[in-house]
Amino acid sequence: MQPILQVKDLQVSFQVRGGEVKAVRGVNFEVGKGEAVAIVGESGSGKSVTAQTIMRLIPSPPSIIKSGEIIFQGNDLTRKTDKEMEAIRGKDIGMIFQDPMTSLNPTIKVGKQITEGLIKHQNLSAKEAKEQGIEMLKLVGIPNAESRFNQYPHEFSGGMRQRVMIAIALACRPSLLIADEPTTALDVTIQAQILNVMKDMQKKFGTSIILITHDLGVVADMCDRVVVMYAGKVVETGTKWEIFQNPQHPYTRGLLRSMPRLDQKKNEKLIPIIGTPPDLIKPPAGCGFCARCDEAMRICEQVDPEVTQLSDTHMSRCWLLHPMAQEVKSS
Amino acid sequence: MVRFILSKFFYMIVSLFILISVTFVLMKAIPGNPFMSEKAVPPSIQQHLMAKYGLDKPLYEQYLKYLGNLARGDFGISMKMKDQGVSDLIWGSFGPSLRLGIIAIVVSIVVGIGLGMLAALYHRKLIDNVAMILAVIGMSVPSFVLASLLQFYLAQKAGIFKVMGLNGPLDYVLPVMALSAQPIAFIARLARSSMLEVLHSEYIKTAKAKGLAWPIIMWRHVIRNGIMPVVTYVGPMTANIITGSVVIEQIFGIGGLGKIFVSSISNRDYTLIMGVTIFYGIILMVARLLTDIAYAFIDPRIKLSKGKEG
Amino acid sequence: MEQVDEKNVVEHLKPENFQKIGVDEKQAEIIQRESLSAWRDSWERLKSNKFAMTGLTVLILIVIMAIIGPMISPHNYYSNDLYNTNQPPSADHWFGTDDLGRDMFVRTWMGARISLLVGVAAALIDLFIGVIYGGIMGYFGGRVDAIMNKFSEVLYSIPYLLVTILLLVVLEPSLWTIILAIGITGWINMSWIVRGEIMQLKTREYVLASRSMGAGSARLLFRHLIPNAMGPIIVTLTLTVPNAIFSEAFLSFLGLGVQAPIASWGSMINDALTGWMYYPWRMLFPAFFISLTMLAFNIFGDGLRDALDPKLKK
Repeated sequence: MQPILQVKDLQVSFQVRGGEVKAVRGVNFEVGKGEAVAIVGESGSGKSVTAQTIMRLIPSPPSIIKSGEIIFQGNDLTRKTDKEMEAIRGKDIGMIFQDPMTSLNPTIKVGKQITEGLIKHQNLSAKEAKEQGIEMLKLVGIPNAESRFNQYPHEFSGGMRQRVMIAIALACRPSLLIADEPTTALDVTIQAQILNVMKDMQKKFGTSIILITHDLGVVADMCDRVVVMYAGKVVETGTKWEIFQNPQHPYTRGLLRSMPRLDQKKNEKLIPIIGTPPDLIKPPAGCGFCARCDEAMRICEQVDPEVTQLSDTHMSRCWLLHPMAQEVKSS
Repeated sequence: MVRFILSKFFYMIVSLFILISVTFVLMKAIPGNPFMSEKAVPPSIQQHLMAKYGLDKPLYEQYLKYLGNLARGDFGISMKMKDQGVSDLIWGSFGPSLRLGIIAIVVSIVVGIGLGMLAALYHRKLIDNVAMILAVIGMSVPSFVLASLLQFYLAQKAGIFKVMGLNGPLDYVLPVMALSAQPIAFIARLARSSMLEVLHSEYIKTAKAKGLAWPIIMWRHVIRNGIMPVVTYVGPMTANIITGSVVIEQIFGIGGLGKIFVSSISNRDYTLIMGVTIFYGIILMVARLLTDIAYAFIDPRIKLSKGKEG
Repeated sequence: MEQVDEKNVVEHLKPENFQKIGVDEKQAEIIQRESLSAWRDSWERLKSNKFAMTGLTVLILIVIMAIIGPMISPHNYYSNDLYNTNQPPSADHWFGTDDLGRDMFVRTWMGARISLLVGVAAALIDLFIGVIYGGIMGYFGGRVDAIMNKFSEVLYSIPYLLVTILLLVVLEPSLWTIILAIGITGWINMSWIVRGEIMQLKTREYVLASRSMGAGSARLLFRHLIPNAMGPIIVTLTLTVPNAIFSEAFLSFLGLGVQAPIASWGSMINDALTGWMYYPWRMLFPAFFISLTMLAFNIFGDGLRDALDPKLKK
């Protein structure tokens, strides 16, 4: 599959009073055309920072892209000027945020918030933009789109607002949609609806999707591949099936164990991962997860694990997969 | 919307009614009658005066009569100023105060918002720091202290302005400066913090993610929403400027309503005190009502939510 | 750091390093950045704010001077000395004398006592009425809240300084009537702050928990809700105190404040107004100290708000 986006060794830091928070520490992944990739991890794992860095939405300072490349349709986004990024945002990459209650401007009519981008990127007249805007509202499943077009965000429910956000993000038919925890703030029943809208749109427009989430249920529902992040690094990637059925990193296994499943046995408990992620001002020398890992070995504290390629699509970063670990175990 | 305005108007009338009643009761609660303090007024003349001002009637009758007169815009007769009508005294002196007040309000809003916006745009830079230090100083110096200092240094010593009076346009400079300093400081801080809040809000991220140019984001999304809280301050600011004008007029020798008020207090001219108090009250309440209505027009969220509730 | 050099890795690739150590539970539970209790945390933030600490220091110095100032001078605040009127500052009279020959140094610090007393006492009245009224509104909600809230809204729209002036015209002006007049007109804002906080807090789990364990209303309100609303209450107080001081100065300026020979900063400025072009010190000392006090309160209050409101923490 032709990758539409390649993130190569991305490192992002934040300048804070106590020093430098190394939020993203060398992240690699790619997204194919029409593919849906999930980035999974708990809060503070660097997944949102990664996503917002692709869009170059984080102001600098305080953030700094320390190194790495973000190749989007053949261009390195880290080298773009602000002006050049403006032409890409909204047009080629759309973005949806977590909280639909705060991500729409409360004082501007919903319709205008949709057409703003259309007018900017496609040089439409106000009338054409309005037609397209209403069309978008219909596509994302908002009833009475014509009259809704002239309402304010507070007249919409949370789920409806998230639909509006999707309409805004997809108005210019971007080739990549980044959805940053799009369902976290919504009720469970609404979550499914929103995911369905996104799936529909993906089918209709062939949009690639990066879905950022901490909810593996959401992943199972709509993604092809999964990128698991922990403490600013990718600890495991693979296809959905590889991750769900053959997880190799203890953190991935921990995530799966802490998630309720339908096929769960009656007396099987959900096991939370104890402890908290490391302080990324002083990241540990070894594996970031080792303090919380019940399979940790001495080397895990000393050296950061190497990448182990398990298949063409499956890789994990864990010393347990090193041949020597297998030897010691079996001896 | 109409309901919202009507309910606000209703509450304004209730507040006004309470203010009038409180004023009336307080004035009647003063022991003795207003003529007892005057030296050697024979009881018969006192009696005559009491009858003339209707003070010999039962209280509720006096109260109803006062309300009735007020409704017709009649505030009664001054007790110490040679029988002049209180309304005439108020209207006669209101001109300079009104001009001064309106100029001060406009200056406060324009300069305050300007400073606040600059500070927010240059957050944590030199301009921000200087503006905020100025603002906190501006908030801390009482207007009568500032007025005296301005008068001393810019008028008395430097001779740039006249010390007293309000005749030419230049004469407005010092009183307006003294009156607006605190509101400017307050508005600048308010505008700054609300602009910063807007700048960090999610919907600005959305606007950025749409690829809008920064100037458009600033104008369409940041400034409009950032200024909104300032509108709510216009009511309290009017109060601040009115109370300020009471002393500022005294200091700069301006024959306005404030001066009438001060002299009515020191003369214990009760009908005049009552009249000016109620007059000030009406201005403030109307200012507050206009603020509420203006806010409801700017912020679409108000129309439905509050309208239903009220 | 990402590119661990090869040698380093190879060095560690020894079988003994692949021994399982497992999760160190104690280690895992230690939250990496030292976690401080909320109040400690706020205090640390406050301490690191130079402006706020300067404000606090100035306030403490002013309070100390208000206490000892009148004692360290050989003069008192009420004795007239008609041979030494309007004297500029000198070795004998450090801040000069006023039109009746009274020592300005002593009067300035006596004025500080009055101003601070008015400020603090009015703030306490605000605190008392505002917390109870706001607490009841927030805690009971519903109809009680609706009625009480409307009532306070009506009160709020009555210009309080006008009512204060009326009260003082009617009552004999004295220190206590001033405090009373300022205090009983100023609590509405406090009650709204408390109401908002309580409304938020009462849905929290720990409140629900202790309610389910049978804690009574009063206990819940005073043991759980109000203590947790302390942050915003304190911040509001730091704004109430300078407001009260300002109101007192304003009233004294109108001649409705404390009566001679007692002085407050406001009345001293008012006294100085007539001749201050010739005797600037009579104006400058009280004007400087009242402005300094307000400034100190304002920057301390700002710092306190930043320190107590972690939402604004950047």
